[in-house]
Amino acid sequence: MTSPRPIELVCPAGSLPALKTAIDHGADCVYLGFKDATNARNFSGLNFDDKAMAEGIRYAHDRGRKVLLALNTYPQTDNWQRWTGAVDRAATFGIDAVILADPGLMAYARKTHPDLRLHLSVQGSATSYDAINFYYEHFGISRAVLPRVLSLAQVEQVIANTPVEIEVFGFGGLCVMVEGRCALSAYATGESPNCDGACSPGKHVRWEQTPKGMETRLNGILIDRFADGERAGYPTLCKGRFEVGDETYYAIEEPTSLNTLELLPELARIGVRAIKIEGRQRSPAYVAQVTQVWRAAIDRVLAGGQPFRIEQAWMAELNKVSEGQSHTLGAYYRPWK
Amino acid sequence: MKIALGPLLYYWPRQSTLAFYADMADAPVDVVYLGETVCSRRHELRLPDWLEVAEILTAAGKEVVLSSQVLVESESDLKTLRRIVANGSFRVEANDMGAVRLLSSGDAPARNWIAGPTLNIFNPTTLSLFADLGATRWVAPPEMSRDQIRALRDGLGHNMEVEIFAHGRLPLAYSARCFTARHYNLQKDTCEFRCLQFADGIPLKTREGAPFLTLNGIQTQSAQVHTLLGDLPAVCAEGVDLLRVSPQGQHTLEILQIFRQALDGLIPPADALHEALPLLPAEPCNGFWHGRPGVDQHIPA
Repeated sequence: MTSPRPIELVCPAGSLPALKTAIDHGADCVYLGFKDATNARNFSGLNFDDKAMAEGIRYAHDRGRKVLLALNTYPQTDNWQRWTGAVDRAATFGIDAVILADPGLMAYARKTHPDLRLHLSVQGSATSYDAINFYYEHFGISRAVLPRVLSLAQVEQVIANTPVEIEVFGFGGLCVMVEGRCALSAYATGESPNCDGACSPGKHVRWEQTPKGMETRLNGILIDRFADGERAGYPTLCKGRFEVGDETYYAIEEPTSLNTLELLPELARIGVRAIKIEGRQRSPAYVAQVTQVWRAAIDRVLAGGQPFRIEQAWMAELNKVSEGQSHTLGAYYRPWK
Repeated sequence: MKIALGPLLYYWPRQSTLAFYADMADAPVDVVYLGETVCSRRHELRLPDWLEVAEILTAAGKEVVLSSQVLVESESDLKTLRRIVANGSFRVEANDMGAVRLLSSGDAPARNWIAGPTLNIFNPTTLSLFADLGATRWVAPPEMSRDQIRALRDGLGHNMEVEIFAHGRLPLAYSARCFTARHYNLQKDTCEFRCLQFADGIPLKTREGAPFLTLNGIQTQSAQVHTLLGDLPAVCAEGVDLLRVSPQGQHTLEILQIFRQALDGLIPPADALHEALPLLPAEPCNGFWHGRPGVDQHIPA
């Protein structure tokens, strides 16, 4: 058996403290965004202004780590300059790679900053090697982040047929829909991940205690209702309970997190080059816990030798910070589909 | 203004599907998109069957386009995609970047393919890039507003036909998971093809009984029926070239007739919408066109 190739641990940084925490706990890379709709976590109180960006990059680079910038929403005609301006700023700051979804923006980045490393965002919805190779041939992308839809065998097939490095999601909030192919939030609220960098945005959320229980609404649409003693979750619209036929249930997805820790040796074997941790909207404490566990697990896999063993404490730590305190293998596990 | 019949998003029994398209030969529709775009497990019609339907509709004077699958996962999905791209007779609607790559590379790249609504083309720089690769028609993402479509068109230096989603339940999301199978506690791989029982998908309501979404296999649609019948003067003023009507379980032919008559000025737009309402499987909406939440039914002041 050949020894596994190095895998980078890519951790979320919604703020400067989260960035430092991720670096201190063993992230190889952090990814972050500017304070606007140019990234898919456009939430108030999150993300980086120029000063924090400069300090964050310095902190990471001083320790030999990388900083990736998510510019992964789709610019419109009237706001195009904001996105190209963000690419220019990224290049000036010395960002290690920009994570893009829009082909026009990729063409701009390639032409204007030929040395800037490009990653294809999960929002690009590229699920096959033909799709990924399209971006490689036209824009010279170095890495692609896969949507959370493929089985392990399918990921392996992609890797075998592209020169592009493949990054997959390892842990965190689970989009049950193909990223970049979901307009549910736009339908309910007028704001979408694709164009506004937001899903089920907070300003449309209403919590209301009623005689029937705690109700959560998104732009007036009832997403769920919780009995006394039930833990009321945030009304992400695909994770509510709905009526289909005679049943009321989580018709689309339960509130749960993706956790692929047990697949790590397989991911390494098939040549996955980076594991992404979701959660730029989460606290530095979350970043610390998750980064620490994944660092230890990746180091154990990379050390090779004895069969990979998952510490029970790792899973316990991860479950503590999982949405709904539960986790799933998502599309890697066929029955999930 | 041309009327296009979008690809059939549901899974109907073979005979129903063939009968539906036989009717379309005489329907007031200019362009017909054919093929399975949602789920690779749907096999009532296979590619050779679709090609036969395509021949019949072509003989009836329709422009036929073959639509590619939106979510490509397996090697077998890619094989089907390659066969569609290499069909040799009909133009192709690319619904993912793999299709774009196959259409625009190789020895004889296609010079007249259609950039589908799921390619996420939102600005003129990106659309120009696809024009350079041979796209001659662009189907706007349904979530784009009138203002956004106009701005993109104004900023575009290429000749490009513009098609918009003008009628039907909105295809909002795609997943690796099948929600129809999930509803029946079945696994996707052994789904018993339950989609065949639902000509318009499965309605999903909120816990207070309000229609919200529609489950259609791995696709999630709106419950409400997006229709621009009441907005046709504004639609025409934007210089849109084609209006896409998405097949529904019943009354598609009548809907097409109403669109044609309204476009030809035979019935006023308000009456067109009024006439169509009893023919819809649910309430109408048009929010996306007006830059609002898609679920809204907006009547401009």
